[in-house]
Amino acid sequence: MSGRTFSRRSLLASSATALGISVAGCSIGGGSNSGPTVGILEDRSGNFQLNGTSKWQATRLALEEINDDGGLLGEEIEIVDPDPQSDNSRYQELTEKLILQDQVDALWAGYSSATREAIRPIINENEQLYFYTTQYEGGVCDNTIFPVGATARQQLGIVTPYLADEFGDDIYIIAADYNFGQLSGDWVNVLAQENDYNIVGEEYIPLDETDFSSVINRIQDEDPDFIMSMLVGSNHENFYDQRATNEITDIPIGTSTTLAQGHEHIRYDPPALTNVYAGVSYMEEFGDQRDGENIVEDFYERWPDANYLNQEAQNNYFSVYLWAEAVEEAGTFDQQEVISVLEEGRDISAPSGELTLDGATHHMEHEMRVAVCDENHEISFTNNERIGPSFLRSEVEGGDGCNLKEQDKTTQYVPSDVYDV
Amino acid sequence: MSEATLPAIVVYDIAALLFQFLNSFGFIILATVGLAIIFGMMGVINLAHGEFILIGVYGTALTYHAGLPLPVAMGAGVVVTTVFGVVVERTIVRHFYDRLLDSMVATWGLALVISQLLLIVFGSSLDSIGTPLGNVSYGPFSSSIYRSVLLPAVALLVLAGLYVLFTRTEFGIKARATIEDPETARAMGIDTDRMYVATFAIGSALAGLTGALYAPALGSITPNRGSTFLVEAFVAVVVGGPSVILGTLSASGLLSVFNAGGSFFFGTFIGQMLLLLVAIVALRFLPDGITGYVDDWRQRRRAEE
Repeated sequence: MSGRTFSRRSLLASSATALGISVAGCSIGGGSNSGPTVGILEDRSGNFQLNGTSKWQATRLALEEINDDGGLLGEEIEIVDPDPQSDNSRYQELTEKLILQDQVDALWAGYSSATREAIRPIINENEQLYFYTTQYEGGVCDNTIFPVGATARQQLGIVTPYLADEFGDDIYIIAADYNFGQLSGDWVNVLAQENDYNIVGEEYIPLDETDFSSVINRIQDEDPDFIMSMLVGSNHENFYDQRATNEITDIPIGTSTTLAQGHEHIRYDPPALTNVYAGVSYMEEFGDQRDGENIVEDFYERWPDANYLNQEAQNNYFSVYLWAEAVEEAGTFDQQEVISVLEEGRDISAPSGELTLDGATHHMEHEMRVAVCDENHEISFTNNERIGPSFLRSEVEGGDGCNLKEQDKTTQYVPSDVYDV
Repeated sequence: MSEATLPAIVVYDIAALLFQFLNSFGFIILATVGLAIIFGMMGVINLAHGEFILIGVYGTALTYHAGLPLPVAMGAGVVVTTVFGVVVERTIVRHFYDRLLDSMVATWGLALVISQLLLIVFGSSLDSIGTPLGNVSYGPFSSSIYRSVLLPAVALLVLAGLYVLFTRTEFGIKARATIEDPETARAMGIDTDRMYVATFAIGSALAGLTGALYAPALGSITPNRGSTFLVEAFVAVVVGGPSVILGTLSASGLLSVFNAGGSFFFGTFIGQMLLLLVAIVALRFLPDGITGYVDDWRQRRRAEE
């Protein structure tokens, strides 16, 4: 980052990184390049490889397209993209390396919220421009971070009322037992309070759990009108097979995670995903809303062995162009100047539709949909609605909202800051 | 709720608890038994055991998706894992017999290599196989017949088969003699090298069998699923102690009671925590495991007599 001041902490961090790299036997020679550099840290192995690989592929696709068109500000973008292997310690090491050694001008990194929180202190310490693209629990109000995925308020906010209207309002919550799942569960509770829904059961499940027989028995015992599922990762996907085996596919499931990220409807035999309703901003089946463009064809042409163009991959793709447009407008790669341009707010044509970056909160107004999976695992979309980042824009800080254009923040607001959950 | 319906609901709850116990019991036995043989009989802790199971899963899933019927595909999964185990024994493991810590590091490295190779060769995920045999319904509940009835039954049959193999056959006597005192066994004309290979092959085949049996009950098949099996297997081997069959059976029973009970009454998280807490308490008071304690108790009793 140009114009970066070196504090004692950053000096210590830099020394620690250099020591770590030399101990690990990595090459430290060569140093930074003179042109623009972009860092990509997405999981191509480990628990999140299924989702992370397509994020990495889409980021590379966008950057390569820009390079093929002559680069940015007349310069070719160099890509640094080691595999963090779904390991948060490795994420921290690599984030420091990419910032301090490779001096990346922008960073795309991380699938899970736990990963984002693991590297956020390093991002803050070094004032690194960072795009976090996974749909997530929401609430991150941070100077240099642009969480461009849909938040829980946007995803759960479209699918939960839809299911309550269609099927009844007794809800059973199952979610992954870490910050994303817990906060997503809080958001379902908020929606229940706002709309007088009943939460008849609530369970948070460790990420390494694969056996859901007791969960299914408890769901059967409570007999809810629908389930809200914020399960995460390949281990938790086993729930859907066991749901089909136990013939409870007639209980609909609302979700912010399944289908759009892990393409479970393709990988699982019908009818495992029957009656699953996902609040999404994008799925591969949605195609490309831009005139004359077809991201799905481009994606598979570049990556013939790719599994699926998931929602997060689309977020990576359009946010690379969001950054590139801001760089062109700023006329520099200087990260603070690019952030200033982004904070003016921008409209961008993405494969998912016409989107708007809310400069004050660094979040997006997304076109949200309910994706419906039928008994043959065919996907259809309903209830199209444009939803902004209302939690940060108008609910936190006593209704004043978070405004990063006017105040420096490195805060994550949670539902309990505003609601009694 | 009327009083007349109360006993029926209690019966349903007890049935649900029983099926969850059987589910957990079958899983822990099958995850453990191959590891227990290789550890208990050969003094090698195979930290690649989860990946051996995963090879069984991949062998089954790949051949099933290639068009073979599921039982035949399962057989293919067992064969592939057995052959792989023999190759690994001849090239790597044979250098680490009775070198406990060295064997852990070597097999841990092997585990990393296997999972990365699976990722490189087969990609980040294979299509899943639906769990066969449907479910049994009772009151408001249902349980998978495959997971909660068939797999525990197979697990018990495997233990019974191993008991017969190692106590009632010439091969078993030779294998145990080799493990107990290899030099004397060699002097008696036993080909100890062959016994080591055969024992490791049996451990690998059991890992392959576990993988084959769980391929249709695992949901998503990804290269990192080996760890699903290793933790429970490792805990059960340590809690069970040196006797392969009794140790596996007793540890699986103890751990499953707490895992299923905790999961049923308090949720999945508590079930997992209870399993690990029981393991810690068991090791605090029974440092040689359940069967180690029983042996010790027997010897003390004999000495007193």
